[in-house]
Formats: sequence, structure tokens, C-alpha cells
Amino acid sequence: MTGAGMDFSVFQYHFMQNAVLAGLFGGITCSVVGVFVVTMHLSFIGVCIAHAAFAGALLGLWLGFNPLIGALLFSLGSAAIIGPVADRGELNPDTSIGIVFSLMLGLAFLFMGLMPGARTEALNLFWGSILTVTQQDIIFLAVITGVIGGLVAIFYKEIQAVICHRDVALAVGIPATIVFYGLLFSTGVTITASLQSIGGLLIYSLILNPAAAAYQLTYSLKRMLLIAVAFGIISCWVGLAASYLLDIPSGAAIVITSAIIFGLATAFSPKRKVKGWQQAPLRG
Amino acid sequence: MKYMSTSATDRSGKAQDAVIEVKDLRKSFNGIQAVDGISFRVDKGESFGILGPNGAGKTTLLTVINGLGKLVHGKAWVLGSQLNKTNSGSLRKHIGYVAQVERIDPKLPISVRETVMVGCYGRLGLFRRPTQAQWRTVDEVLEMVGIAHLTQRPIGHLSGGEYQRAAIARALVQQPDIFLLDEPTASIDRKAQREILSLIQLIHKEYHTTTLFVTHDLRTLPSTCQRLILMKDGKIWQQGSPESMLREEVLTQLYGAPISMPTEIAPVWT
Repeated sequence: MTGAGMDFSVFQYHFMQNAVLAGLFGGITCSVVGVFVVTMHLSFIGVCIAHAAFAGALLGLWLGFNPLIGALLFSLGSAAIIGPVADRGELNPDTSIGIVFSLMLGLAFLFMGLMPGARTEALNLFWGSILTVTQQDIIFLAVITGVIGGLVAIFYKEIQAVICHRDVALAVGIPATIVFYGLLFSTGVTITASLQSIGGLLIYSLILNPAAAAYQLTYSLKRMLLIAVAFGIISCWVGLAASYLLDIPSGAAIVITSAIIFGLATAFSPKRKVKGWQQAPLRG
Repeated sequence: MKYMSTSATDRSGKAQDAVIEVKDLRKSFNGIQAVDGISFRVDKGESFGILGPNGAGKTTLLTVINGLGKLVHGKAWVLGSQLNKTNSGSLRKHIGYVAQVERIDPKLPISVRETVMVGCYGRLGLFRRPTQAQWRTVDEVLEMVGIAHLTQRPIGHLSGGEYQRAAIARALVQQPDIFLLDEPTASIDRKAQREILSLIQLIHKEYHTTTLFVTHDLRTLPSTCQRLILMKDGKIWQQGSPESMLREEVLTQLYGAPISMPTEIAPVWT
């Protein structure tokens, strides 16, 4: 504990301003794609894409090219493999996603093991370091946030139809398959953009927790998006402050904050009355 | 107010009465023949029933007609166009499809009114938002199907019967040329089944839309059916008028078990 109390002078430093901006853009974009993942009940697919991005980034570090390019290729590649395999129904989606997930984790450890010398940068990708993000990382995150926000605004009605009723969307003539893969790829791109600040092992919690918390609180998709974004930003900023004040790893602090918000949202959820629906017989 | 097209659009520009025509349709899943050499046609404004036991290939047939199922062998014409990979998406915009009642996550963040509006989205196309007039149409259709009081309720909070009314409303706002109903009364209680059937019959009488109704339960066959196909093991086993098909000796052979005509439908068909 630094004992900084209410001393805001730390925000004069460039690294802290960058961290606040990374928290803002990362919080927004992770929460928005989180709403798609949570509403479509695709949490495991998201975990898998996150680990694929992590493996790709480590490959980049090992072979000496930009880790973000490796992360992007691996996350988009895994989304392109998992989607059709899960859709075709030849394998149980849990089985196929589980196999890709374990393969990605195996590759991540393999690349790390093959990496010569100190692995500080690789460990940073594990845990993330929001306090050391560069101007370039911030610009990349801001652009991704703008692009994803713009796409959601333009294709809101198609996205709503696909995430709530994919079969119906297809039946009424919406290009539901393209929208579905677009959402999976958006998840991959978001994870790639946030990898540096939040870290490969923790990024998925920032995608899942704020959206899952918002899911407990509203029946309106628009409100769910707004609440999730607010929770995402709060998680990042409160986590950042806790990290600074308590001298703990920033990624972990952000994830724990988002998990506490989820716990509170679930405890006070007006939807708690609705449960056990899967076992309940259909009423006429 | 017009919710459905009263005449089928002929997209080839030719005058023709067949809204659906399939020839020698075959489809298999993992080596099992689901549909095996099916041929039939449905004319404009006709109410057509498909009856058969579970696993007869009825749903597979419907999914081929609305382009959701791949056509492996045979040919199908829908609304004057031969079905292929490129036109199935655009043809689906003109086909209202109501499936069996499905389990919905009660926490799903979408209201009944928004769910019904999804029916407009295919025809509306990308980059365009629903107009006030379309929202008014949605409200009128919700009134017509009897769930106007549930418009703001989350879709996952409806009962089976209410959910099917919302599904029918969604198909209606689509202003379809063809109405496909795939066991819409399965898994709901008898009272709700009768109400849904009355609604389907009312819609057909009012708008004379081309309707295909699939069921395994002859008690849920709408009385508006003009022609009936009996399906078994992926094939058309028999076809004809409901009066000639709905006989105890025919149905007993179809289902492979003694069938007696339910008292509530016998006066309608025999």
C-alpha cells in the first residue's frame, strides 16, 4: 500500500493517462462483445478464442514478429474452425471446442518452452500490464472500439435477431451465418487488441463478467449493452486504482473487480425469480 | 390491413399456379434416407397438410422448401424460381415459417414486440431501420393474434401457446407468400392447441395464403386443409383429399398401430 489516499497527482504521469485510456477502450469493447457471447451462451467459445490469441502472440514473440499479428491470426483462425464444426453438429460443440481449447493451451506452452532467454514479455502477455501500454496500443484499442461500436450501431437489428433467435433470423432471410461469424471474429479482434493491457489468461473474464452482470439486470438489449459497458469501464478503472493503491497486478485487480460486480448484480438481480426453467414443463 | 400477400409472386415472370413444386427430392443424414424420391406441387392459395409418424421426413421436406436444408438430389421450384444456393436467402424473405415451440432462456433480452418485428427484418434489408408504420403493423398483428397485452413482456416469459401466437405474428408481419407450419401445436396443451388451430384457420380463410401444415397428430390438422399427403419412411405413402385419407384403416396402416378417429375431428373430415 502506497498510502496515496486521495492524491490524484499520479494522473499527471503519461503512463497513468495511457492506463486510464486503455481501461476506457478495453472496458467498452470487451463488454460489447461480451454481450454477444453471453446472450448466445457461447462462453466456452470465447475462452477458446482468448487462449488461441494468447498462443498466437507467443508464436510471434518466439519467431520475432509482431505478437499482435500472431494473436489476430490465431484468434480468427480458431473462430473459423470452431464455428463450422459446432454448427455442422458432427461433433458435440463442447467436445470440438474443448479439443481446440486444449490444443491452443498446449501450443502456448510449447512456444513458451521453445523461447530462448528471459520470458518477461511472454509473462506480460499472460497477466497483462495496463501500466506499460504504449501510445500505439491505445490507438489500436481506440480504433477497434470505434469499428466495433460502429458495426453494432449499423447492424443492430440483425445482431439482435441473431443473438436472440438465430434460427428465426435465418428463416426470415437475414444473413444470419455471416452475422454470427462476424460476431465471433469481433470477439477475436477485441481479445487481440486487449491482450497487451489485460493479458491472455485474464482477458476473457473482462469479456464475460460485465456482460453476465448486465444480463442479470435487464430485459432490454440496448440497456444491457449500456450497463455492460459501464461495468466494463468501472472494472478497469477501479481495478487500476486498486492495483496502484495496493501494489497488486493490474490485470488481476481488474478481473476481481469485474467478478465482484457480477456477484453483486446476481445478488440483486430482479431476474432471480426466474430459475429452474429448463426443468419446468411447458405450459399451454 | 393486409398482412399477407393474397397472390403468389411469380419471379420468373411466367403465369403459373404452382407456388411450390418438388420433383424426386432426396436427402439423407449420415447414410439414413430422410426424404426419398418425393414429388408434389402446391397451388396458389391452397391449404396443404402433411401427416405422418415421427421420423417420416416431414420437417426435412419443409426445410428444403424454405432453403434451410440443402437439396442433394431432385429439383424444387418455389414462387416460380428454381431453388439453388444463391436464391434461397432471398426466397426465404417471402416464406413465413413457424416451427415447434422451443425452449427459450427466460432471461433473453428481447420483448415480444421486438421478436415479432424480426419478421420484417429480412424484407427490410441491411442498413434500414424499421419505420413507425411497421411498428404499428406489429401492434395490429399482435392484437389480431390475441397477445396485445403481452407486447412488452420478455419473450422467454411466455407460455407455449402464447409463444406460438408470437411466432405466428412474426410470420404474418413478414407478409409471406407461403406459410409453412411445422408442428406448431406440438408440446402445448389441448386448449392452446385448439386456439392456435382456430387462428391458423382464420388466417387462411381471411387471406387465402398458400399454407403447408405439418403434423404427426391428426387431432391438430386444420379443417381448412384441402389436400393431404401421408408420409412414411421418407416417402409419400398416399395422397388425396382429407376425406379419403383420414380413415381408420388408412391411418392404422400409416402408423402401424390401431388408430381410431378422435371424436372431436371425425365430424369435420368424415
